[in-house]
Amino acid sequence: MQDIDKIRSDFPVLKQKVHGKPLVYFDNGATTQKPECVSDIVHKYYTELNSSIHRGIHLLSGNATEQYEKARETVKDFIGAKSSKEIIFTSGTTGSINLLAFSFGEKYISEGDEIIISEMEHHANIIPWQMLCARKKAVLKVIPFNDNGDLQVDKLDKLINKKTRLISIIHISNTLGTINPVKEIIDKAHQYGIPVCIDAAQSVQHTPVNVQELDCDFLVFSGHKIYGPTGIGVLFGKEKYLNAMPPYQGGGDMVDEVSFNHTTYNSLPFKFEAGTTNYIGAIAMGEAINYIRQIGLEKIAQYENELLDYATKCLLKIDGLTIYGNSTKKSSILSFLIKGIHPLDAGMILDKMGIAVRTGTHCAQPVMQHYSVDGMIRASLSFYNTKQEIDYLCKGIEQVKLMFG
Amino acid sequence: MVATISEVQEEIVNEFEIFDDWMDRYNYLIELSNSLPLIKGEYKSNEYIIKGCQSKVWLNAEFVDGKVVYTADSDAIITKGIISLLIRVLSERSPKEIINAKLDFIDKIGLRENLSPTRANGLLAMIKQMKLYAIAYNAKFGELKN
Repeated sequence: MQDIDKIRSDFPVLKQKVHGKPLVYFDNGATTQKPECVSDIVHKYYTELNSSIHRGIHLLSGNATEQYEKARETVKDFIGAKSSKEIIFTSGTTGSINLLAFSFGEKYISEGDEIIISEMEHHANIIPWQMLCARKKAVLKVIPFNDNGDLQVDKLDKLINKKTRLISIIHISNTLGTINPVKEIIDKAHQYGIPVCIDAAQSVQHTPVNVQELDCDFLVFSGHKIYGPTGIGVLFGKEKYLNAMPPYQGGGDMVDEVSFNHTTYNSLPFKFEAGTTNYIGAIAMGEAINYIRQIGLEKIAQYENELLDYATKCLLKIDGLTIYGNSTKKSSILSFLIKGIHPLDAGMILDKMGIAVRTGTHCAQPVMQHYSVDGMIRASLSFYNTKQEIDYLCKGIEQVKLMFG
Repeated sequence: MVATISEVQEEIVNEFEIFDDWMDRYNYLIELSNSLPLIKGEYKSNEYIIKGCQSKVWLNAEFVDGKVVYTADSDAIITKGIISLLIRVLSERSPKEIINAKLDFIDKIGLRENLSPTRANGLLAMIKQMKLYAIAYNAKFGELKN
């Protein structure tokens, strides 16, 4: 990264010490830190501009509405959607998938129908579909991955049949870091007329994603993993599907006319945004997107790849360390275990050294089951991380080995 | 005279006071993990597992001569060290003593961060389970011995 010091200075959190040591934040897969411009805009809205959107005729409400809709345009441009009608603001990736599973399920899923996901999904892209399948007596099918961490896309042909209604796939695995060949999956699915949802929670912040180039039918991601606030996320959907799908939640703003006999629904995207939305979250997420676009997604991807290569090399030099997920197409996520040492023990010692890593199952228990392990240690890197921090992680791991070896 | 629960807690606090840095404290916890009275192999099953822990923790309690005697194990070493402390404080006492015990040593030895309900090592879950055993034995035999 050209000016890493400048970038780091944009993130106030990174300046602090934890347990008396400089913070090394390697838990970006769980949530990313916020640049000052994002927290500034949240503060500014609450102190100067707060007003409910789409309601009032007064100046503040008008301004807030304008900014909220501008944020929608920002998201539209960011992922290359055709129209801002295709952008639904939700509470996050989990909220988006639950909306989709309910609403798509109501319209398109009947008894005996099938939905395909993969073995490396985050629980957020498993449970809503399991709940839908239980509700509709539908069937969930799973594309397996191999020990290297690559999805076995060649098995997709055998899983697809006349009953397949949807494929929902994680773009970048939050555990293995694998960048899945989603374009190939989408093209194959479309040959059979099957729509595809992409869980982009771990991809939009690391690499350019364009929904029209991918031709995906749905795409979901979270604000807080893309340097924005929590409690806000996006569901992109092609208009033809979103128009056909029934609303998920009822309430204010999602309606056209309401009487006790009959209610007609508002048009897209408002049909899916019942109640007072997290408009300040949406506006701040727009700011976060502008921030990373200013740095440039290509540049971010390039630097994070450098970090990944460096970290992989350094970690593999450590005796007894195994990295899970060794695809040649990988994002800057490294899950690993140290022989004979429980991830929790390692995580607690690293924490005391100021290093924030994730330990446990990373909300992807089927991945743990694949490798027959109870948990892993995960370091997920961002463009504000440095090679020095990776060196320090390795030093930390040596310390862990010393204590538990 | 057997030391009371508060006396044992004080003892532990004094032991930990010697260490001025965290690493020594954790090294001591690692050392303590070796002194854990281990649960019998056949009890290391789902029935004895404590939920809410990122590491696996198995806990058993037997009622011997009016006292609750705990045994445990874990696959994580620091967790083992922490349970060995809990057992040192609570084991071989009457159910009533255990039920009424105020465990303030955890705070005093700098392990408070492990007490938050979501903390992965499930210290709270362990304490709860130990107290539940005491409550159960008290309900079953309490009127005889207390």
